[in-house]
Amino acid sequence: MTPRRRFLNMLWWLLGGLALAELIGLVIAFIKPGKAMQPLEGYGGLITCGQAADFPAGTVTAFQRGHFYLSRLENGGFLALSRKCTHLGCTVIWDEEKSRFECPCHASAFNLMGDVISKPAPRALDYYAVNIENSVVTVDTGKKMKRTRFSADQVTAS
Amino acid sequence: MKSKITPSVAGPLFKRIGQSVRRGSNRAGTSGDPGKYLPKTMLFHFRPRRVPEEAVRFTHTWGLGGMAFVLIMLLFGTGLLLKLVYKPFPDMAYDSILMIQHEIRFGLWVRNVHHWSANILVIILFLHMQRVFFTGGFHHPRQFNWVIGMVLFLLILASNFTGYLLPWDQLAYWAITISTGMLDYVPFLGGWLQAVIRGGTEIGPASLLLFFAVHTAVLPAGICMVGLFHFWRVRKAGGVVVPLVPDEEEAERRRTPVFPDLLLRELVVALVVVAFVLIFSAFINAPLDMKANPGLSPNPAKAPWFFIGFQELLLHVHPVFSVLVIPVLLLGGLLLVPYINYASNRGGIWFYSENGRRMGIYAVAAAVFYTAAGILGDAFFFDFTTALPMLPPVVGSGLLPAIIFTGAAPVFLMALKRRFSADSNEAVQSLYIFLMVMYVVLTITCLWFRGTDMALAWPWGK
Repeated sequence: MTPRRRFLNMLWWLLGGLALAELIGLVIAFIKPGKAMQPLEGYGGLITCGQAADFPAGTVTAFQRGHFYLSRLENGGFLALSRKCTHLGCTVIWDEEKSRFECPCHASAFNLMGDVISKPAPRALDYYAVNIENSVVTVDTGKKMKRTRFSADQVTAS
Repeated sequence: MKSKITPSVAGPLFKRIGQSVRRGSNRAGTSGDPGKYLPKTMLFHFRPRRVPEEAVRFTHTWGLGGMAFVLIMLLFGTGLLLKLVYKPFPDMAYDSILMIQHEIRFGLWVRNVHHWSANILVIILFLHMQRVFFTGGFHHPRQFNWVIGMVLFLLILASNFTGYLLPWDQLAYWAITISTGMLDYVPFLGGWLQAVIRGGTEIGPASLLLFFAVHTAVLPAGICMVGLFHFWRVRKAGGVVVPLVPDEEEAERRRTPVFPDLLLRELVVALVVVAFVLIFSAFINAPLDMKANPGLSPNPAKAPWFFIGFQELLLHVHPVFSVLVIPVLLLGGLLLVPYINYASNRGGIWFYSENGRRMGIYAVAAAVFYTAAGILGDAFFFDFTTALPMLPPVVGSGLLPAIIFTGAAPVFLMALKRRFSADSNEAVQSLYIFLMVMYVVLTITCLWFRGTDMALAWPWGK
């Protein structure tokens, strides 16, 4: 094969590869978890929870449409915990009497701060950023944050 | 230039049209002999005119490949009907299933046929795979067709998995949540893969639409293409695997005409399968739970039954091993089955040899005992996830039990190989049996012996 023919052949392969890459890019653009499917309000957006004073210390309030629990710690700080168990993604339930989150699927349990108190869950519940402005509590459910265990810097002081 | 002129047929219009459809039938001396004109038609071109006598014996193949084909046809037919009514949106999907079941004549039955065909298909394909393995159908020249078959199996599993979500009931929603949740444990790529499959962070409208599109377009098209490839390679390999004979005897091998000997047998198998599925579906309904509720997880929540073995594994070993290392090794091993160096390329004989048969029985017994002992030991005597707190979790509850669980296979194999002075064919076969039985035991345990909180329980208990 002459060098010129080899070069032209290579060019064909290159063009073919480029076309394939374009096709793959196109498919990815369509199946990528996009903003188009995210609702503007409700889960995935900014949730207004209410006046900070309405949440007594040591209580947990469920926000169904935000898919999270607003946890007010004993020191008055706020923590917005994802309701998804870190084991396989089931929805955890707050047990008022035992004062802990329980996963009905495989019996994991978490405390008020979201720390694991019973396996098989491998790490603490994910959490969302809490904002308090003019004593109104808002939670940004757009970005979920992962952690291994609870630490004080995750808490928003009131 | 000379061209052969076929004499045109005189006669009534319908007769002439009929003869034009059956090409070849108007050649002199062939009319009225289906054995002669059938191979000239497109449909039967898949088949040689004659096949070795052993190939048509029912217990040689158990007709499993043909059964799978029939079930896939049933699935295409019923799937198309369901597609005319089903609505792939979370607020409408469940109601459209109810409408199919209650408002449409025979709707319930059609859904049942689709559901049971799909589930039976997985079992039949599993058995077909075992048949091909144990009759040595993966040796040259069928090596690559084993790989094609594995791809087909994966496509069918993907079809079952994507179809599982579509009813949008509690069963569907949480099974898919859990199985996609397992991807969280895959390092680096897992989170991204999960987001793509779910079309977001949770199972929702995007997931349903994606699953529907993949289930009703991408996978059926893929199955058609890969399936034709599979059949073509069977034909090119000279049909199903039969015992090899020396070249000089090959010509004298007793052969039997495909029509009627093989085709009629296949027709009988097909009719029995169709009849069985249709009658079964008339009496047993496909499960349908309450409408999916993302806020309410059921207890226990289980993955679809064909993946449930890995959920059981997840209870015993570190997630990285149970959802990544072990499945990848298992799949890789299965794909490489035809490419291992074997002592002999002997196919067409069930279980290879008398020695292989005896070793197989030991392998089954060992796998059942070992897996059951592991599960019970983990439950009642020694829990790896909490027993060794001084070690990092990946080692203490991952590497260590994984080595103990999977390390048994080679040790057992060495002993077995020495005891029977086995060759490599027999050794590979024993290992294969050991692993397959292990997965079956894991599946049965999680499917029927796990109750509330995934604790061990009797299937008949509350």
